[in-house]
Amino acid sequence: MGNKYSGLVTNAVGRLVPTEVNGEKQVPFQGVGKFKPNASKHGPKINSCADFPEDGNKQVKSLKEALVKAGLKDGMTISTHHHFRNGDLVANQIFDVAKELGVKNLRWVPSASFPCHEHLIQYLEDGTIHHIEGSMNGPLGRFASHGNMKGMGVLRSHGGRYQAIQDGEVKIDITVIGAACADEFGNANGLHGPSASGLLGFALADSQYADKVIVVTDNMIPFPCVPWQIQGNYVDYTVQIEQVGVPEKIVSGTTQITKSPDRLLLAEMTAQFCLEAGIIRDGFSFQSGAGGTSLAVGDYFAKIMREKNIKARFARGGSNKYLVSMLEEGLVDYILDGQTFDLDGVKSMAENPNHTWTSPFTSYNYHGKGNFAGLVDVVILGATEVDVNFNANVVTHSDGLLLHGIGGWQNCLFSKTVILPVPLFRDRFPVILDEVTTICGPGELIDVIVTERGIAINPKRKDLIEKLKDTNLPIKSIQELKDEAEKICGKPAKPEFDDELIAVIKWVDGTIIDAVKKVKS
Amino acid sequence: MSNKIANAGNIGKKVRSDCYVTLELKDSGGIVINQKSKVQVLYGDSNNELCKDVLSFFGIENAILTLEDRGALPLVIAARIEAAIKTLIDTDKEYLLDFIDENNYTSEKEQFRFSRLYLPGNSPSMMLNAGIHEPNGIILDLEDSVAYNKKTEAQHLVRNALRGINFYGAERMVRINQFPKGLEDLKYLIPHNVHMLLVPKCEGADQIKQLEKKIVELKSQHKVTHSIFLMPIIESALGVEKAFEIATASENVVALAIGLEDYTADLGTRRTNEATESFYARSRMVNACKAAGIQAIDSVFSDVGDMEALKANVKVSKGLGFEGMGCIHPRQIKVIHESFAPEAAAIDKAMKIVNAFIIATEKGLGVVSLGTKMIDPPVVKRAEKTINLAISLGLISENWREDFLNEQAG
Repeated sequence: MGNKYSGLVTNAVGRLVPTEVNGEKQVPFQGVGKFKPNASKHGPKINSCADFPEDGNKQVKSLKEALVKAGLKDGMTISTHHHFRNGDLVANQIFDVAKELGVKNLRWVPSASFPCHEHLIQYLEDGTIHHIEGSMNGPLGRFASHGNMKGMGVLRSHGGRYQAIQDGEVKIDITVIGAACADEFGNANGLHGPSASGLLGFALADSQYADKVIVVTDNMIPFPCVPWQIQGNYVDYTVQIEQVGVPEKIVSGTTQITKSPDRLLLAEMTAQFCLEAGIIRDGFSFQSGAGGTSLAVGDYFAKIMREKNIKARFARGGSNKYLVSMLEEGLVDYILDGQTFDLDGVKSMAENPNHTWTSPFTSYNYHGKGNFAGLVDVVILGATEVDVNFNANVVTHSDGLLLHGIGGWQNCLFSKTVILPVPLFRDRFPVILDEVTTICGPGELIDVIVTERGIAINPKRKDLIEKLKDTNLPIKSIQELKDEAEKICGKPAKPEFDDELIAVIKWVDGTIIDAVKKVKS
Repeated sequence: MSNKIANAGNIGKKVRSDCYVTLELKDSGGIVINQKSKVQVLYGDSNNELCKDVLSFFGIENAILTLEDRGALPLVIAARIEAAIKTLIDTDKEYLLDFIDENNYTSEKEQFRFSRLYLPGNSPSMMLNAGIHEPNGIILDLEDSVAYNKKTEAQHLVRNALRGINFYGAERMVRINQFPKGLEDLKYLIPHNVHMLLVPKCEGADQIKQLEKKIVELKSQHKVTHSIFLMPIIESALGVEKAFEIATASENVVALAIGLEDYTADLGTRRTNEATESFYARSRMVNACKAAGIQAIDSVFSDVGDMEALKANVKVSKGLGFEGMGCIHPRQIKVIHESFAPEAAAIDKAMKIVNAFIIATEKGLGVVSLGTKMIDPPVVKRAEKTINLAISLGLISENWREDFLNEQAG
């Protein structure tokens, strides 16, 4: 697959990024809205019904048989999905088979990886897997950070992953779609069965554009499996295995709002800000994730909406029981769900027509005729670091370790107002810095930073500054916040990194916005 | 030399913003510092410098210092090392980091004391953000929340916290230990702008007098001129009987608090939510306070998850004549403030008094009067505080006087 990387240039946000990665040409980030591709979508090979069983039964005996039939061989690109989150049992088995067959140099394209995939480190070491293109969480990120991966990591947002597959930037040879429920023809959904996770949206692009599509389930039902979130007409083989996921690690039985007083304060300040900025008004829309602070923000929104008799048109999920209760109470008309975080969410999606599933195509894909991320009035997101120019980082920590994926974070930055509630410091790590370790989102798209010691509004948002001019909320400049953090924590030393790069961060349009350096050992 | 190893601090995966130091004094070999820090990349070097500086300050030339750091601030690391040193070496020297400007304010006798947030005196992580939740007072506790063998390190940590952690305007309180240990706490507190001392298990005026004597001594030694107020805590049957005596033992006693856990134990009964078992004690103490012209402060409410029960509890408390209550969780603060908030009539009266004061000042009058009644300066002060409180709770607008004058004119 060629050199790890070559041809460094400085991109539009001043970061040194390679123009070739794993032997493939790359475009450096040119600015928001600047890069427009001039090509056609990737066209997978046409198939014929003549090559498929007349009775529609595409089931084979084992995952191994499916992979062999799909032609698994050296250098292929294999994709998987993270619907089962940290309870996924499918991805590890694929590479166990590859190892058994002596296949080498695979490129793994997961929609996200989790600590449960630590098992795959041995295959990265022995060359079964060449490199990972996808979010690397925890152990795999740590492994990559120390320069141990043979190829370069490529991190994309959920929308960016759809874009890359659609554009043919990543050509998937075999995709394996783990599903909570499927029929022998290949129709599948995430709604029913012991491994129910709600939806299979992250696998949509793979089902449409991969050369070979395998559906794996532990809950094979007679045709038809409806709703068919994945359409069997895209599917080559189906497999039934004993267990695809560990239920308690897929969705939580008990999503709980944080009890941390500091996080609750952040959430309360965020909600109050939205109220005073006029964002919380009849017919508005919002997105708030499943992290401790985000859940609490949703809860404060609900309180305000109840008091002021305000209804939201839609909420963008990550759904959870709190969001579901808002839907059932009539505080929101629709939940547009990207992934489901607890059993209440799964049940609601199965039963309530106003709780609908989405995919990165509808919500996030940047190379399309619009997406609905831009229609959301306010989105509440996290970050590991923010800098004085409002640039933010979600993948690395201040010590340089790559420990998180991008998720839908970059895509959500196109919402009308982007708010990051973050503590001013974590332990002694200042969160607001002169310069973030890795730029994942350019400051021009980030509007408000809420910390427990003050709220900074991006100077570009004159409208928000004007609306909040008489507020009792502690509005400060981002520089003041940074100085305050440094006053408390002490001025941090500049971390030293190796010059070697270990991964690149893609922007939503497929250009490279930043690169991650190897940590000094 | 025997027993040359000492430890201080806290350790464990869940420990945050703290560190654990092990100090071993040696006869030779110079200073060796072994650091393992969660924030090594950003602060490893500056932590090393700090360790060396503290050791050198105490004249230590040969030692092995192991620092296991979970993101502790310098003031915490320094306190831990100093405490370890002092278990091995007898010295009166103190390693003091800067006293931050933000903590240079005083408190007043008439101050509102609706909420006072208890923080364990040996847990730095809770101290850092306590002030942002805006309690009226923050109590760094050296008594019950600190294990007996951790008392020395807590004294040093609390001293450093008083100097270096921003209290964001909250009244700076410390609960000292019971006597005689409590008297030893004072030298770590008095020179560092402590506003108020909480005196546990108080059972008579003699304790207060003994305490005052020591405070006066230390104040003159350290040239401290501001008042240091006292809030004795009544926690026993005898204490309740002596409440008035205690309340009038010193002009610095500005409030009495009641501690119901110990009190009910002393009665040989159990604390209930209805609190009938402590009704007499609470009423008796409130009466003593009012007779002495000081504030009566209620016990803490320990169910931190139940805000509705807390709200109901505060209403009862306020009805009995209490003017404040302890908190053990920051989320209780807002509920307590809202429930102790001045009622409409009290705000109305305060607006009239402050308005009269403004008019008197504008006219250059030395005396403020409302109708035929003269208003004393402390009353004006208190009225101003009521107004400020009402503004901060969003009950009236910052420009209340415009509306007030319009209403009077209309």
